[in-house]
Amino acid sequence: MHDHAAHHDTPHALGPASCGPSYLGRVDPRVRVVAAVAFAVAVAAAHSLATAAAALGVALLALGLARISPSAVLRRIVPLEIVILLVALVLPWTAGRSAAQAPGWGAGCDHAALLAAAIALKANAIVLGLLALLGGMEAATLGHALAHLRVPQKLVHLLLMTTGYLEVLRREYGRLRGAMRVRCFRPRVSGHTYRTYGYLVGMLLVRSFERAERVLAAMKCRGFRGRFYLLDHFSFVCRRDVPFSLAAAAVLAALVALECL
Amino acid sequence: MSGLSQQPWIELRDVDFSYGPDRPVLAGCNLRLQPGQRLALEGANGSGKTTLLHLIVGLLRPAGGAIEVFGKPRVAEADFHEVRRRVGLVFQDADDQLFCPTVAEDVAFGPLNLGKPRDEVRGIVSRTLDALGLAGYERRITYRLSGGEKRLVALATVLAMSPDVLLLDEPAATLDDQAVARLIEVLAALPQAMLVVSHQPAFRRAVTQGTLRLQNGRIEVV
Repeated sequence: MHDHAAHHDTPHALGPASCGPSYLGRVDPRVRVVAAVAFAVAVAAAHSLATAAAALGVALLALGLARISPSAVLRRIVPLEIVILLVALVLPWTAGRSAAQAPGWGAGCDHAALLAAAIALKANAIVLGLLALLGGMEAATLGHALAHLRVPQKLVHLLLMTTGYLEVLRREYGRLRGAMRVRCFRPRVSGHTYRTYGYLVGMLLVRSFERAERVLAAMKCRGFRGRFYLLDHFSFVCRRDVPFSLAAAAVLAALVALECL
Repeated sequence: MSGLSQQPWIELRDVDFSYGPDRPVLAGCNLRLQPGQRLALEGANGSGKTTLLHLIVGLLRPAGGAIEVFGKPRVAEADFHEVRRRVGLVFQDADDQLFCPTVAEDVAFGPLNLGKPRDEVRGIVSRTLDALGLAGYERRITYRLSGGEKRLVALATVLAMSPDVLLLDEPAATLDDQAVARLIEVLAALPQAMLVVSHQPAFRRAVTQGTLRLQNGRIEVV
């Protein structure tokens, strides 16, 4: 029905970003998830520029330990930088300023500049930190870690099924697009183009719905009655995970101390 | 068709089914599958082969007629829970069947639903994968397997429940020659009774003992 070989060797968009085994990659995924969440919350709550800068340093260090490939980092961070740039550009109009000051970037924009710097540092620190701690993880592993951390089962399975079937949907989309192209469809600014895209999206929705029904049917055939069971359990290995946990806690404590000074 | 005196495992009597008034599919359809018997089912596209398999495991309900599986009439959803435990349906599109992130979890899904303890399930998973020549596939991500691998893993997910009967919906349809040969080898070594939908005569001859044809809503022996 369809050709899998063409897609088989290309790396998956949702695949892990790390380029090999690393120290961070071996740490218990649950510990990494907890550390990542704690780090993100601490950085988001910080007010001082020094804390934000230190957090960015920590994130970069962790990125090195996780051996995430630079190209993967760039691919993931460019959209963030664009958003930050946009925010920084409009900040003087939106952040509080004195009434006498001319609108826009100009003299006397210290407050806006500080704010922009803080936003840039904090956002980058959080994203790079998450990338270092979680970016090297398979979606499947992340899902399991969340499940073992008592995140509601429905959310976990939503995540796992989404990552699983995104690839199927992408192939379905590719087939439909191919079918359009072999009949010489070329997008233009015309009613025909919009109608065709409407059909494409509509057909994808209908097919996804039907696939969902078939998946449920297949699950029922294997005795599914509304409950999921987890097969695997991670092991917390003291020699490996205790030092990391302690280091993560120390870094967090240092960030908090820096903030309070 | 030997052993007519025996109680058939699957029996459909005068089954009617339609997807709406303008799409009748089955009309007075009769089918018998004896213990250990392996039959192939062929018929034109849209003749109702997949529908027939779905009726047997209760994913669809007939408009008329009777379905008996393992000697008991099956009418309500609860009747089909036992049927689904002992009759394994392998779907036409393996992507419909494989929904867990890893191969091991997908194979474990059925046995866990049956309430088996985890340690036992782990054993079942590795035994089933071994038997299909898929040893070492446990941690593989299901949606990154090739078409032939997906087909075998889909079969493994059903075999892990140790069914008595296998219903296979066009198992060889999307496979290359090598993968078909491997599938034939695997199926020939299995102990289960089978009802196999297939358009390929060579595949039917290699796997089954006889062929039924579904035509005009009825089944004929070829």
